Amino acid sequence: MNNHWRTLFLAFLVLVSTGCTRKTGAAAPQPTVFGSVLVESSGGKQMGATGTVLAQPVVVQINDDQGNAVSNALVEFSGPAGVSFDPSSGPTDSSGQLSTNVTLGSMAGRYQLTAHTFTKAQKPVELKIEEIALGYQQMVGYQLDNKYCARCHNSESSAERVSNYDNLEVKPHPFTEGDTLNKMSDVDLTAIIGHGGPALNKSALMPPYSYTLSKTEIEALIAYIRLISDPPYHASGTVYAKK
Amino acid sequence: MSAFGTVSLLLLIALAIAPAKNHFSEWRHYQKQYLALIRDRGEAVTLQRHFRGGIQQIWLPQLGVVDRCTTCHVGLKEASLADVTTQPFRQHPVIPHTLDQFGCVMCHRGQGPATTVEEAHRSTLAWEQPILPAKYVQSSCGQCHRAPLTGTPQLNLGRTLLTRYGCVHCHTIKLPDGSVIQPTDDPPSLEHIADKTTREWIYAWLKDPQAYAVTATMPNFKLSDPDARDISAFLISDSTPLAGDTEPAPKNEKTPDPTAGASLYGESFCASCHAVQNAAGNVVGGDIGPELTRVGTKAKPEWLRAWLRNPRVYDSGTAMPHYRFTDPQLSLLTSFLGNKTDSDFLANVHLDAATPGQIAHGKLLVTEYGCASCHEINGIKKPDNFAPELTRIGSKPLTQVIFLPGMTHALPDYIAAKIRQPRSFGAALKMPQFSLAPAQVDALTTALLALTDRAHDLPTALTVPAKQPSNYQPAGEAGKLMDDMACFTCHAINGRGGDLAPDLTWEGSSVQREWLLAFLKNPGTLRPALIRRMPRFNISDDDAKELTDYIMTVYQTPAFDRDSMPTSGYPATQVEQGRQLFYSKYACQSCHIVDTKVDKGYIGPTLTQVGSRLTAPWIYHWLKDPQAMRPGSIEPNRNMSDEDARALTAFLMMQKSSSKGAKK
Repeated sequence: MNNHWRTLFLAFLVLVSTGCTRKTGAAAPQPTVFGSVLVESSGGKQMGATGTVLAQPVVVQINDDQGNAVSNALVEFSGPAGVSFDPSSGPTDSSGQLSTNVTLGSMAGRYQLTAHTFTKAQKPVELKIEEIALGYQQMVGYQLDNKYCARCHNSESSAERVSNYDNLEVKPHPFTEGDTLNKMSDVDLTAIIGHGGPALNKSALMPPYSYTLSKTEIEALIAYIRLISDPPYHASGTVYAKK
Repeated sequence: MSAFGTVSLLLLIALAIAPAKNHFSEWRHYQKQYLALIRDRGEAVTLQRHFRGGIQQIWLPQLGVVDRCTTCHVGLKEASLADVTTQPFRQHPVIPHTLDQFGCVMCHRGQGPATTVEEAHRSTLAWEQPILPAKYVQSSCGQCHRAPLTGTPQLNLGRTLLTRYGCVHCHTIKLPDGSVIQPTDDPPSLEHIADKTTREWIYAWLKDPQAYAVTATMPNFKLSDPDARDISAFLISDSTPLAGDTEPAPKNEKTPDPTAGASLYGESFCASCHAVQNAAGNVVGGDIGPELTRVGTKAKPEWLRAWLRNPRVYDSGTAMPHYRFTDPQLSLLTSFLGNKTDSDFLANVHLDAATPGQIAHGKLLVTEYGCASCHEINGIKKPDNFAPELTRIGSKPLTQVIFLPGMTHALPDYIAAKIRQPRSFGAALKMPQFSLAPAQVDALTTALLALTDRAHDLPTALTVPAKQPSNYQPAGEAGKLMDDMACFTCHAINGRGGDLAPDLTWEGSSVQREWLLAFLKNPGTLRPALIRRMPRFNISDDDAKELTDYIMTVYQTPAFDRDSMPTSGYPATQVEQGRQLFYSKYACQSCHIVDTKVDKGYIGPTLTQVGSRLTAPWIYHWLKDPQAMRPGSIEPNRNMSDEDARALTAFLMMQKSSSKGAKK
């Protein structure tokens, strides 16, 4: 009987020890070049549908203390569950950069991605990059924003679409302006979109859309506005009595 | 005795197996986990009341849906679980359908009746359809919805790419309604190619189309040097000359001024359709016509001149309008475009004179690669069903699929890999290499995955049909003129045409005759902020009159009579009331300009002369319901009272053009 316990105990020990050992044998060759700072070159703050590849790759750059780009230093990317990178790690190129295609997870929301590298002293260096995944509802909102709202609410102009923001006497709130919009309840947002500025004693330059957009469309627009707001919006939700 | 005891013990154990298996089943484990999860939440009582233990099932016989997913995914309908991120307890994101309408596998695939994680989500021996990865989920919308949806940009893009990149030239795709997807690209005919370009250009283009134009949709056939040499030899020898294409420019002509050429290119709004890559590498311009970055390296000057004079001679169906340029203008543009060259493109191309053997081999290759599926080529018939039909590709049995080593054994991965690198499945395959971004590959895969057996077998009541393509053709002389000027490239009428410019179906009810006549002769801009505008076609007075008469007579709405309200003479009080409404209640100045000194709205058309442009009933009905007059208009419907709409109409009708004595 004693023998059995011993065997079991030994087996347990073996299992635990194998489980704890990190596989290092087949890992990529150790980097020989190190930088000290990770900076984002491009690709942050993008929006894409859930589960899809972001339109632009995320590009990060490794610099040394003097701010010069470091080539051949190792960068690794990581993110929340469901996010994948292609490639997920690799050496920086001759201009000190590594570019990766990011596939977003399947839930709508903000995704914080991290790029990692090490300094020569093996000190970890991290860079946080945020991306936004639009679910079905937010995607509808995004399209409606593009069609109806962005011409006034987004001050950025392009040759294809000139912004009207600068021409307006009363400036509209950009949808990312969390400081203002997060204080407004869903009911208020619905009222102002549906019945126009005067519904909340605000400017008549904001026209009412309740005869143009459906209830579902207005809800979608609000879901989108809530998702892209900066600082992020936290729904207060229904308050239940504590048990 | 002891034997009897052992047997009964064994029997007891055997009897206990079934209940024990049931007791320890995965789904019970998840249900217990769920109950533990909600126990401490504030809304526990509500959640517990909603919870139903045991196997749950959504059964929709006419859809063939038997889904037990809700057995483990218990919180799908619980809005209060928005903060829960662990599966299988997440709340389902908001979509336009409910679980009870369609179940789960209609959108997510997988094995609905299964009650274990493995069987439900992954392909097993008995079930090969695993859960669809989230990135392709829009394909499921496409099973019923044949028209583009606001919420499915990826599917819409994929469907556009299928027709725009010419996939359907080679692959037949029959839709469940019996129609066949038609390509929307217009690959040029090669019947007179020798007029247009040189053999060297054809060779370099065949070797790498994207080296000539980054936006080229022509795929790379990965031809060897001798094969490209032979195909170019055949195409040149096969080409027949076209009268006019080789006519040289008139003699004794001054060297055209390059800046004047650039301004003519700009004034003619060539960039609305054609793109040019700038020094920074950005492609700027429209994508209706081919990119012109290196057009001088490709097009022979004589041909370019003939094409600009009247493109319809070379290609009767071209989207390019007939501009009616004068001879000096033709010289300006020909020289301007001819200077867009890139000496690197043809630098390393040196071809010896073609031998009959090379030409014959070239012809063989052209037949083998199915070039005639896209291009018209003298003496070669367009092949039927050149490539496999893709009508039900979204349900292709995995047993018929050959996977590459190391590939995930799933249909979406196979389709995506096949689009991304067709030749990786065999060097001898004919499918060429397309230049597609990762997002475009995913979009195409999504569009193809929508072509399932289920899409074909759905009850017709459930399908949402696409808008039927219209082959509307205006009649008579005006019809010929409209074809000549390619109006349908930008404007839609009665369901046919592009969406770059306003729909003209009811133009005759909308505008005043004098304005239209003047506009056709010399189009001014209505929306100053737009970079893509109506070009000037230099049409004759007779042609302008012909077109105006046709538009005014034929394109009228049945909704009202355009003469039912006067064009002027509104009472001053009503006009003043309209002005008040314009500036205060409706704040129209946020998007429109009536008084250039005060107003700054650049979104809608400028209204400074609207009283000379539009008819009063059109303005009135537009104010009442813009989308009824022009579907998709972004002007919000203000639910205006009749009185307000009449006053605003009066105010706007008083905004006349200066020649008629403006108010201000």
